[in-house]
Amino acid sequence: MSICELTAHALHEKLKAREITAQELTEAVYERIAEVEPDVKGYLTLTKDSALEQACRADTGFQNGEEMPPLAGIPIAIKDVICTRGVRTTCGSKILENFVPPYDATVMTKLHKQGVVMIGKTNMDEFAMGSSTENSAYQITHNPWNLDTIPGGSSGGSAAVVSADTAICSLGSDTGGSIRQPAALCGVVGMKPTYGRVSRYGLVAFASSLDQIGPFTKDITDCALVLNAICGSDALDATSVDVPVPDFTQSLINDVKGLKIGVPKEYFTPALDPEIADSVSAAIAVLEGLGATVEEVSLPHTEYAIATYYIIAPAEASANLARYDGVRYGYRNANPGDLISMYKKTRSEGFGEEVKRRIMLGTFALSAGYQDAYYKKAQKVRTLIKSDFDAAFEKVDVIATPTSPTPAFKIGERTADPLQMYLSDVMTTPASHAGLPGISVPCGLVKSGLPVGLQLLGAPFAEENVLRVAYTFEQNTEHHRQKPHIQTNGVG
Amino acid sequence: METTITVDGVRHVANLARLEFNEEETAHFTEQLARILDYIGKLNELETDDVPPTSHIHPHQIFILGAEDGARHVAKPDVVKPSYPIEAVLANAPEAEEGYFGVPRVVDRSH
Repeated sequence: MSICELTAHALHEKLKAREITAQELTEAVYERIAEVEPDVKGYLTLTKDSALEQACRADTGFQNGEEMPPLAGIPIAIKDVICTRGVRTTCGSKILENFVPPYDATVMTKLHKQGVVMIGKTNMDEFAMGSSTENSAYQITHNPWNLDTIPGGSSGGSAAVVSADTAICSLGSDTGGSIRQPAALCGVVGMKPTYGRVSRYGLVAFASSLDQIGPFTKDITDCALVLNAICGSDALDATSVDVPVPDFTQSLINDVKGLKIGVPKEYFTPALDPEIADSVSAAIAVLEGLGATVEEVSLPHTEYAIATYYIIAPAEASANLARYDGVRYGYRNANPGDLISMYKKTRSEGFGEEVKRRIMLGTFALSAGYQDAYYKKAQKVRTLIKSDFDAAFEKVDVIATPTSPTPAFKIGERTADPLQMYLSDVMTTPASHAGLPGISVPCGLVKSGLPVGLQLLGAPFAEENVLRVAYTFEQNTEHHRQKPHIQTNGVG
Repeated sequence: METTITVDGVRHVANLARLEFNEEETAHFTEQLARILDYIGKLNELETDDVPPTSHIHPHQIFILGAEDGARHVAKPDVVKPSYPIEAVLANAPEAEEGYFGVPRVVDRSH
């Protein structure tokens, strides 16, 4: 077994025992990249020189017998929407093709304090708008489980590289499901913490009331370790919440006795792929067998979550993306004429079609005469969706659902129909509206060999319940050990 | 709720958003946005007159002068701190001159 397949916590033991060095581990990851990345295409930028320097620093610490943090020397990949000082950050957009941030996002500052090794920046749907990573201006990322299928999105690159063992773990961002859905489709663990848990400083904004950074990992222990590293309030993000951050490794308890798990009937609709329904139901039965109490709950406004999302997120995006005007950074049209025409030509040439579609949708929803009918209406329905969860969490500790209604779909299958693509997020957007912590955990494969994800949701700031249930499931099943066999050399 | 959008509506919104489209793109966006807005019209099935809007899930976090119950100040102390060097900030600018961002002329010299 290649060391690239190991978890961060297993590698930490090997680094500490000096069985391997961080430099060897880093070289092994780049060898794996040379082998499979031409087919997977998960990375937009590789940072090998600085990675080897970071590995060397970690090795010095281990050699000197210093007390090293759990992620020291661990190869990690970063979604290209998170600002990395001195390293190009494109957001998957042509408009930021040459943007090199002069500062690090707070999560990067925190990870560097741990001594991580940053392998590179990962592909994504442009400005995190999409469910398949096909909206990247640069390349299509292929799902390691079947190179003809999409990896999910928008953090498709970050999910694919962990699945393909071209990184040990990664960071993504989740606005309406952009961590959880690709984690499910690529068969890895992906978690969106509670809104406000992680600083958004340096996360390029899409929809500010929904965006949250979180990890992709190979198991739940690694998820807890990355959460420990990145959570906490930050003076640079006024929406980060000043609540105590627990040691999430204390939630790695292999026991669900006494915990109540709610299963919302609204998620098990005819639109749900029957094989996914079976796989998720079997996973819930495992948890019940281990002593959890399982009961049906109702989240009656679930069916309105997508319509609500496609007003609120584009409205916030239309305001956030107004900054791309060709003045301070990014692309500018070469022959603009006057200032207004410079804005229009720059934006029309620099943004891709989905981004323009959402800016149009959001601008319309906020425009005079329509704001109450669309934006305010959506905010009111958001209240109803949040109230559904508040009521459910009065009765249960954790809610279990499928993460995605289907397994990974074929590349190109949904690109012609934006609405059909939007419905990919039907299982993940409701929790986003309520700001809840949510995780996707591998829970099996469908007959065609593609992974299925079990989504576990908690009340705000109740990540510990979510991790405990996820950990118990993982420790009593083998699904997380299944690996894709990547068919290299030109397939897909 | 108006659930259709016209070609003229798309042109108007494009101007507000500082985007421009050719005839074909305008027609394409009109058709797609109409379809998406039609789906969003589903929200009208819900009676929401007495429902307060949610703009943010941790309302106590929002700094509003004279805000509703439970609001708290999250304003930072007013302390002078160093900012990024001008060269670092201008390094990404498409056009920069003498410490400023460059833009096409906005004031006519003859006036």
